[in-house]
Amino acid sequence: MEKLRGRAWKFGHDIDTDMIIPARYLNTSDPAELARHCMEDADPSFAGRVQPGDVIVAGRNFGCGSSREHAPLAIKACGVSCVIAASFARIFYRNAFNIGLPILESPEAAAGIRQGDEVEVDLGSGTITNLTRGEQYRAAPVPPFMQEIIAAGGLINYVRRRLGKDEV
Amino acid sequence: MGQTIAEKILSAHSGQEAYAHDIVVARVDFIMGQDGTSPLAIRSFEEMGGRRVFDPERVAFVIDHSAPSPSEGVSNLHQLMRRFAREQGIHLYDIGEGVCHQVVPESGRVGPGSLVIGADSHTCTYGALNALATGVGSTDLAAAMISGQMWFKVPETFRIVCRGTLPPGVYAKDLILYLIGQLTADGATYMAVEFAGEAIAQLSMEGRFTVANMAVEMGAKAGLMEADDKTLAWLARHTRRQFVPVRPDEDARYARVAEYDVSRLSPQVACPHRVDNVRPVEEVAGTPVQQAVIGTCTNGRLEDLRVAARILAGRRVHRDVRLVVAPASRQVYLEAMREGIIQALVESGAAVVTPGCGPCVGTHNGIPADGENVISTANRNFKGRMGNNKAFIYLASPATVAASALTGKITDPRHFLESR
Repeated sequence: MEKLRGRAWKFGHDIDTDMIIPARYLNTSDPAELARHCMEDADPSFAGRVQPGDVIVAGRNFGCGSSREHAPLAIKACGVSCVIAASFARIFYRNAFNIGLPILESPEAAAGIRQGDEVEVDLGSGTITNLTRGEQYRAAPVPPFMQEIIAAGGLINYVRRRLGKDEV
Repeated sequence: MGQTIAEKILSAHSGQEAYAHDIVVARVDFIMGQDGTSPLAIRSFEEMGGRRVFDPERVAFVIDHSAPSPSEGVSNLHQLMRRFAREQGIHLYDIGEGVCHQVVPESGRVGPGSLVIGADSHTCTYGALNALATGVGSTDLAAAMISGQMWFKVPETFRIVCRGTLPPGVYAKDLILYLIGQLTADGATYMAVEFAGEAIAQLSMEGRFTVANMAVEMGAKAGLMEADDKTLAWLARHTRRQFVPVRPDEDARYARVAEYDVSRLSPQVACPHRVDNVRPVEEVAGTPVQQAVIGTCTNGRLEDLRVAARILAGRRVHRDVRLVVAPASRQVYLEAMREGIIQALVESGAAVVTPGCGPCVGTHNGIPADGENVISTANRNFKGRMGNNKAFIYLASPATVAASALTGKITDPRHFLESR
């Protein structure tokens, strides 16, 4: 699996889906439009300054709140390569896998990484390297069933492939 | 080995004996999407190559988050939903019919033992009917609309036993706010919660929906209750379908069991900007409010409006407060009209809006101004939730919201209830 590399954007605990993408912007499903408002209520400058490949690093319970899939879509569409958090809310966790946004659960990485650190993520092994500080952290392994979905490139491809095979 | 309610329902729907941590593929009984999430689900459905939904009788769409539409962008998304529903022959609850989590139970499609997914996080509400119901995203919804199945990680169960009797002026909303304050916003992440004990049994069905609705605010996958005579009587009023109640085994394994005595509870208030930032009303009384909201999937039911009317009838809302009322459904609205509740609320100064989610989710129907405080019966007070990230949202029971609307500041409702 590929390695991801980018600068870290640090956020706190309980970053909810209204902070990631407020409902007032759900008048569109266009990912590019959603990306323009990503994290707006947590850090209004984020969407304008984030670079392709950058990594969001947050505390506990990232993505709590609504079931809106616009939240991981907005993050993915603004170029973020991966989200690392101490823990995730469950609907967000599922949604991120389903749309193909890599996420890693690692309390030690969430604690060790600072704003602006250069971070490299090996999704295959779950190893997170902090190039700025010369530290390494382990992420919780991804359940095997979900690895299948990632390998297929998300749930849409996974189902499409199965539909093609089974002619359901 | 004994099973919890969640383990039993997932076993029955997957054809295998399922326990916490197992991953199962289960057949779902009912699938719901609302207007915030269904448009993406339709797109995923098409990208997946879906042609027909697996069973039109088991799928429904609800237009409630922006109803009626406040903008052309939303209107076009609604049009997409209506067209898809017509083509697929699935039922669509259009504007004015109500909030999804009220109209789905009212439809009688969901009951004890049902397995339900909804593309809305508060789908856990139906746990009050002894159904395993959980929120999912649009892509999961699309896959299930095609196959009638979804994969689940069987959750561990957290049993919360509520002892005692709620004092007068203290309601289901206060009970669940108190529990969330104690357990925090991620205190039950990924777990199914079983709410039990005499304090839960004493609640009306409306009150039980309020409690189950907010299980997700502590991170739970589902908030389940056992079915009793009240549950079965409620179901009998809404459907002829027969359901078999699901009870946990005596020797079921729980990840955690906690007991709370609620006999001395005060009205509770969740303060900005977190649902678990909960304090007794005595500690926040006097905080000025400019807007008050009564409604939502948490507290927009008949009993909620009745309690509010009891406090507001014959009095006037404070001149510096806007009171917005959104009945949870058309059925609730009509019953409240018949009882004279709507009359009393409007006479007191309330602005009654179309049944729907607008004021809670910030799409329209009462977006606060910068720096304003709002007291609401909703389930979330996240920054920006009501459409303005410079406003402050307090969550409380309908009684506390009604009392606060009268005085212009957060007020203990017991002052008004005692005097009548």
